[in-house]
Amino acid sequence: MYRYDEFDSQFVNDRVSQFRDQANRRLTGELSEDEFRPLRLMNGLYLQLHAYMLRIAVPYGSLDSAKLNTLAYIAEKWDRGYGHFTTRQNLQFNWIKLEDTADILAKLAEVEMHAIQTSGNCIRNVTTDQWAGAAADEIADPRPIGELVRQWSSLHPEFSYLPRKFKIAVTGSPNDRAAVRVHDIGLRLHLNDRGERGWEVLVGGGLGRTPVIAVTVRDFLPEHELIAYLEAIMRVYNLYGRRDNKYKARIKILVHEIGAEKFRAEVETEYARRPHADTKVEERELQRISAYFAAPQFEKLPRWSATFEEARAKNKDFANWVRTNIAAHRADGYAIVNISLKPEGGIPGDATADQMRVVADLAQRYSFDEIRVSHHQNLVLPHVKRDDLFAIWKVLQASELATSNIGLAGDIIACPGLDYCSLATARSIPIAQSISRKFADLNRQHEIGPLRINISGCINACGHHHVAHIGILGLDKKGEEFYQITLGGSSADSASIGTILGPGFAGEDVPEAIEKIVNTYLARRQPGEEFLAAYRRLGPQPFKEALYAAA
Amino acid sequence: MPLLKNGSIIIDDWITLGLDDPKPDSGDIVVPYARLLKEWESLTDHDGRLGVIFTNIDRVEALTLFLPRLALIVLPFPSFTDGRAYSLARQIRETGYGRELRAAGNVLPDQVQFMLQVGFDSFEIGDRFTAEVWLKASRQMSLAYQRGLYRTPGQHDVWSERHREAEPWLEQPHAG
Amino acid sequence: MTTTATEKGKILTANRLRDGEVVFLTHSGEWSENIDGAVLATEPQAQAALEARGKGDERVNLVTGTYLFDAERRDGHVFASHIKERIRSLGPTVRVDLGKQAEGKGGHFAALQGV
Ligand code: SF4
Repeated sequence: MYRYDEFDSQFVNDRVSQFRDQANRRLTGELSEDEFRPLRLMNGLYLQLHAYMLRIAVPYGSLDSAKLNTLAYIAEKWDRGYGHFTTRQNLQFNWIKLEDTADILAKLAEVEMHAIQTSGNCIRNVTTDQWAGAAADEIADPRPIGELVRQWSSLHPEFSYLPRKFKIAVTGSPNDRAAVRVHDIGLRLHLNDRGERGWEVLVGGGLGRTPVIAVTVRDFLPEHELIAYLEAIMRVYNLYGRRDNKYKARIKILVHEIGAEKFRAEVETEYARRPHADTKVEERELQRISAYFAAPQFEKLPRWSATFEEARAKNKDFANWVRTNIAAHRADGYAIVNISLKPEGGIPGDATADQMRVVADLAQRYSFDEIRVSHHQNLVLPHVKRDDLFAIWKVLQASELATSNIGLAGDIIACPGLDYCSLATARSIPIAQSISRKFADLNRQHEIGPLRINISGCINACGHHHVAHIGILGLDKKGEEFYQITLGGSSADSASIGTILGPGFAGEDVPEAIEKIVNTYLARRQPGEEFLAAYRRLGPQPFKEALYAAA
Repeated sequence: MPLLKNGSIIIDDWITLGLDDPKPDSGDIVVPYARLLKEWESLTDHDGRLGVIFTNIDRVEALTLFLPRLALIVLPFPSFTDGRAYSLARQIRETGYGRELRAAGNVLPDQVQFMLQVGFDSFEIGDRFTAEVWLKASRQMSLAYQRGLYRTPGQHDVWSERHREAEPWLEQPHAG
Repeated sequence: MTTTATEKGKILTANRLRDGEVVFLTHSGEWSENIDGAVLATEPQAQAALEARGKGDERVNLVTGTYLFDAERRDGHVFASHIKERIRSLGPTVRVDLGKQAEGKGGHFAALQGV
């Protein structure tokens, strides 16, 4: 876990005083709302339906117990006792007062956290694989680069008033869990024949109104050139990205309008023009950062844990949980624990202050004090001994945190939607809750197998519905909520954008529609064939028939 | 309009000319880029310094020819959320241009520090905010993470501070 | 005229600057946290007057983001036409323990049903 040095601390403290001054100037009227808005947004403060909302950065999704406990403290002292984990691995509080915000930021700074650039037309919090540093399939931990990018992009004077927001994702694994193809910039680690590290640079992916899969502009960018190259891309975007229409302002539109070739040429020209002395990734800085992410001192353990096997044989619920919520760890005798924030009928991604403390405590006791936030709105204990799994499961179970549904029908991604969000056209959470109740039978969920259902409450697509196996988009038709269903999206390596099936549904009819889709899959799947594969083989037709034929 | 420059508020003594305004015989004049293109010959002979108002959509390459003769480049901000001029300013500085680079139009105190960092050194400030607010806002952050930015006194970059003691020449045995 | 007549018109709403609380402009020009306290303007002229009043209160930094929305008054209670305004005047439909509805200042109608 990265630790601030005196400079990082000073930077964040300066930033808190700066915001305190800005907020005071707003409250006394020295700044108008129009002038203040971009300033507060760059500190993660939105005005939402019921109050201000503060979005706190969880850089590349990494937390420790001190941080999570502080979030719990803030939830109780300044909010309503809970927080919402987002699809950008951040945490949102929904009931914040402007007059308290500077105090909250000061409290966060005590544990090396901030809300810088979690909003606004700037480079947002960089995201990565939630299993970074633990996954068995990883080439290298992507978090040092994540941290490097965090520092470089923090209050970058040239790139703080971009045409639109800008999102960067990094992955160090050949199995992309960071959705790099649907980001403004995706970075993907490769090794060459000599074992040197280089980054594939993907540009212009994104969801929202116009979902696009990114194009590769460099196959293998030497690591020391990374920041210089990012600056060239950012500059081309800042200068030539559209500013006349906010729905056409993302970099994907620029890449699309001028064409990938022309875009690449612009970037290369800009890159060649500039001196790179000040942007070179210095080996000693990278080493300094990387040292914080050194793997923990894993014990030498046998691969086989008797305690674990015995518990699994005896307890069916535990065995089910192990099947879905545990992933392979790179060290023998260890496992990755995925904690579902999707209990039956619950609000996806919400965690109470008490639940945060329970997870913080488990991390401290069992997971080298590390916690991750996944972009699926779940939490992760990345380094757990298999011997301890049963004990952990029991603690989680007592706090409604042990639902065995990771990657299954109940593990639904949902944005806040019209219950909280001022941009929403329809509610998302109640839809997630009703689907989760419909598929409450865990045995059935296990029987259905991997299924990703994502819900967004408007075309902005914060719920990533385009890249869901089953995507649901909430819209407004003459003041009534209705929901459009898409099938066949994926954010994994073979990324694809879902196809709209047909006319939308009223909210109360959505669970039944999902049921029909799932039943069609179950009836037609081949042995071992997962939902996405079946859909790709069958095409939309049988699903359309199931949904619309009878009507 | 008053200017903020080098930490103080001063009077702007440049004469701003439109496309067709008659050119005075002497004095420092600043003209739109289009006029610079059209009247370059006669402007080079002008008795006084010459400045240009560039726009957001002009490309920096277009200035190369004129740079040696220019003593002022004005970059307008059509709105304070339009950040193109931050990149243009940096590009202009990267060509080696060392004279005045001015931000005009919609500029807010809370943006001045960023503007200073990318190479602007003067600002049209209007009368919306007091001098004190401008000056205070221009030094809000004492540190920047990026290297190679323009700095004002009291401001540092994290990288150099962090690696100061590790500069290789300090470890050279023959030093001194 | 009966007392159960339904009046249709517009209400001016905003968020209070210092804490973001949803508020509605009242007859006396104050801001109420309860939609029932809102003044309903039926005539375009009255609506314009509300808007002007709201802009004034934005300028003195009491509230921010004022706008009008469609509503009706029935039996002395105000009912917003659009679901978004109903949610704003109650609180999240998925957390009826929170927001105006839980603090005794919700609109005089039931929370929307979950689906
Ligand atoms: S998708 Fe729309 S409704 Fe959902 S959080 Fe994003 S902006 Fe709000």
